[in-house]
Amino acid sequence: MDSRKNEDLEAEIQSHLQMAAQDKVAAGQSPRDARDATLREFGNVGMVKEVTREMWPGTSLESFLQDIRYGLRTLIKTPGFAVVAILTLALGIGANTAVFSVVNGVLLNPLPFRDADRLVVLFHDKANFPEGSISYPNFLDWQRDNQSFEAMAAYRQNGFSITGAGEPENVHGQRISSTFFPVLGVNPVLGRNFSADEDRLGANPTVMISEGLWKRKFGSDPAIIGRRLIVEGVGRTIVGVIPAGFRLRISNFRTGDVYLPIGEDTEPQFRERSSAWGMDAIGLLKRGVTLEQARQDMARVNRGLAAAYPDVDAGIKSRIVPLKEHMVGELRPVLLVLLGAVAFVLLISCVNVANLLLARSNSRQREFAIRVALGAAQQRIVRQLLTESILLALVGGVLGLILAKWGTAAALAAVPRSLPRAENIGLDFHVLLYTFGISLVAGIVFGLVPALKTSHSHIGSTLKESGRNLAGTRGRAQGAFVVAEMALALVLLTGAGLMIRTLFHLWEVDPGFNPHDILTFNVSPSSSLASKSPDAIRAAYREMHAAIRSVPGVEAASFNWGAHPMEGDAEESFWVQGQPKPARRADLPYALQYVVQPEYLELMQTPLKSGRFLRPDDNDHSQFVVVIDEDFAAQYFPGKNPIGQHLVNEQTGGRERVEEIVGVAGHVKQFGLDQDAINTLHAQIYESFFQQEDDLMRRVAKGTDVFVRTRAGIDPTSVFPAIQHALNRVDAGMVVFGPENMDQTVADSIAQKRFSMTLLAVFAALALLLASIGIYGVLSYLVGQRTQEIGVRMALGAQRSDVLRLIMNDGARMALLGIGIGVVVALGLTHLMTSMLFGVRPTDPLTFAAVTLVLGWIALLACYVPAHRAMRVDPTVALRYE
Amino acid sequence: MKSQYQNRIELLQGTLDLLILQTLLWGPQHGYGISQVIRTQSGEVLQVDTGSLYPALHRLEKQKWIKSEWKLTEKNQEAKFYQLTAAGRKQLAEERSRWEQLSDAIGAVLKNPVIG
Repeated sequence: MDSRKNEDLEAEIQSHLQMAAQDKVAAGQSPRDARDATLREFGNVGMVKEVTREMWPGTSLESFLQDIRYGLRTLIKTPGFAVVAILTLALGIGANTAVFSVVNGVLLNPLPFRDADRLVVLFHDKANFPEGSISYPNFLDWQRDNQSFEAMAAYRQNGFSITGAGEPENVHGQRISSTFFPVLGVNPVLGRNFSADEDRLGANPTVMISEGLWKRKFGSDPAIIGRRLIVEGVGRTIVGVIPAGFRLRISNFRTGDVYLPIGEDTEPQFRERSSAWGMDAIGLLKRGVTLEQARQDMARVNRGLAAAYPDVDAGIKSRIVPLKEHMVGELRPVLLVLLGAVAFVLLISCVNVANLLLARSNSRQREFAIRVALGAAQQRIVRQLLTESILLALVGGVLGLILAKWGTAAALAAVPRSLPRAENIGLDFHVLLYTFGISLVAGIVFGLVPALKTSHSHIGSTLKESGRNLAGTRGRAQGAFVVAEMALALVLLTGAGLMIRTLFHLWEVDPGFNPHDILTFNVSPSSSLASKSPDAIRAAYREMHAAIRSVPGVEAASFNWGAHPMEGDAEESFWVQGQPKPARRADLPYALQYVVQPEYLELMQTPLKSGRFLRPDDNDHSQFVVVIDEDFAAQYFPGKNPIGQHLVNEQTGGRERVEEIVGVAGHVKQFGLDQDAINTLHAQIYESFFQQEDDLMRRVAKGTDVFVRTRAGIDPTSVFPAIQHALNRVDAGMVVFGPENMDQTVADSIAQKRFSMTLLAVFAALALLLASIGIYGVLSYLVGQRTQEIGVRMALGAQRSDVLRLIMNDGARMALLGIGIGVVVALGLTHLMTSMLFGVRPTDPLTFAAVTLVLGWIALLACYVPAHRAMRVDPTVALRYE
Repeated sequence: MKSQYQNRIELLQGTLDLLILQTLLWGPQHGYGISQVIRTQSGEVLQVDTGSLYPALHRLEKQKWIKSEWKLTEKNQEAKFYQLTAAGRKQLAEERSRWEQLSDAIGAVLKNPVIG
């Protein structure tokens, strides 16, 4: 249809030309002259066709396609411009897509559970620990007495040794209530969930395994249900297989390989109402019950508990947090700041491309003036220009998607552990829609100003001026662009600067120990050890210690059955002998507890402030001793010498254990470089590993952490295989696993901040680059515009340095104005980052001064090149410059 | 400046429409013929630009005031002939009367003696 009409128009014009030429021949001209004259009179055939076609009743789609074809032709005609514009946009759009795909995967996508919006996490809110663990008896009462939950489920994580199926190994696992998977709506791929009967003391031992373990250990045997797996030396019947797609990472829960019913745990301490064994709970709210109603309901339940068990449950509180909020709540401000930052990068890209378009539209001024003169509507020209810019943006968007895919992968590789829900991040439909959306908006944003300016400029004078354009108004628009770019870049630089200062502050924080050359790992001896006498267990551990120390490269080693700095905490309640014992156990103070060997202090290189550390002769036959940290001393013995004082703690069965304080050590930043100051629990105690009570030794027999200082200059993890070998010579059934470099553990504790800093720095660098290109481009253009003027000035006696100053002044004015606006905007925005900062205020003057200087210098540098070029203008050439 | 320029274009377009319709009153004619007729009948004063003529013809056809047909000319050449439709005749009558009103009005203004 369209092509027939085009042929028709072509034929119509040809017949016109033919008839006109024939008339001229009849009037006596030579055929050649006649044809030339006819063509001259007719004018531009292509243009006539173009404007005639615009009269056709064609659908808007047709004219749209026409615009696209025309746009593509123009872009192909100026490949340099197209490539620069598309790359600039691809960077901006790609960065936005990458950050959005993270936001989408982490914050926006619903959790992959049925009724995800009714799922909550429950904690026992107590002193020092707003998200403290719940004791099993309290949990059972919560479960029984509440009226707002469809179901609750408790869970506690553990390492479990599994034997009887190939090589013995230690796997991560969870003890769970029988209601756990039903609450989440997760169904086994094979078999069934635990029954309530299997979730109580004395039940027949059962186990559920992961699909991964099922594949790895049993070759996906379809007849696995009913077979036995030996877990921690106990044969258990496999009742179900959990799908590989089940993923959950929350406080005290990590997807594991084995799941055991929590209710059949025989450990007596676990069943004490005062215990805190790292057990949390999840719950499924009843339909229509709000969070607030559930909180009130739980407060009612807790009042009952406080009345029934005043000794341990006085003032007990529950904390209920929506599951998603618990998983990603902390990350929300960080991601939103990053999303805002990356939007700024896109804005700068848009401004740069708008600048390019302005400069280019200059050369097309005549083309549009002619089209308008021939009757094309201005609206039509704006549409044409917008089509071109949207075309650019969409091509940039496609390229940006590719960059984003690659960039997201790179960014995620940098933070393997600290980002929750990282497995959800990818380019899904929402991300594609977002990319398409921002490309479209970007196309309109950077296309509109140049399009309006071009189509509205003074057509009559444009034609008369034989192609020279209006440097004045055009220059103003470009000047405004530069100012905007500078301001945007300054805001981003400030954000990045604040994060860099934060990281510097964090790196300067003394963790209280020297993490270099420390290897940590776990041991889990053969399950038969737990049934031996406490003395036999101590002997076995002494033998293991000797084996580890004999490995070349090991300089010191210590078991640690307690808190693991920056990884996991363990606490013990106590009171100071001679001071009144609190009436209720609920009011006992707590201290972080490290159960270690004498070499621990030397190994960690934690300073000893006074007294002595644990000694090899602090054993099960001697007086119980304890070393406290300086914060403990300050808190409980202000202005007094704690050495020689005694701490008392209550053991199972109510027996009191008295320990003499023999030394004071430096404070260790248990909760991480940035978090330790925020956490209220600071007091720390060191107890002797071999002075632990007999019943604790039986638990220690199941496994503990090991800390090793290795010879300086070697990779700490490199000695791990030799240690493994040495320990297996002592006990062939022992599982030695989880080697970690302490440096890495410390780095991981600030990984999220490092991640934010890296991204902000990358965005700021990108912004700086784009903004410098922008100011350079505009100044070069303006210098080109003013060549004639410069020539005149020089002809009238201006010095080269005057010219340099003239141009530099122009650039500096724009840059300074942009920087000024940027500072104001940054002051308004940086407070959004408060939660991400450490040791630096959002209005940190040093950061502001530094980024202002950096941006100022770079802007001046970008101005210098075109200014220098202007300085070398030859007046005689410039005056002829057209 | 801009709006003045636009007015000029519109005036020209409107007038060109009137001239084209008037030309076709004498029978079907092709584009080249129409431009020749306008030129000779105006005593060589009005030169019709092809960039205005063809858009005008196609626009008038879209408005169904004229219709087109490929026919042979006297010299036995293929050409696209335009001819008035019934609606076109009515439109011509309206535009003529509007033009005459306008022309009378302007004439009246111009003929009036200047007072004061």
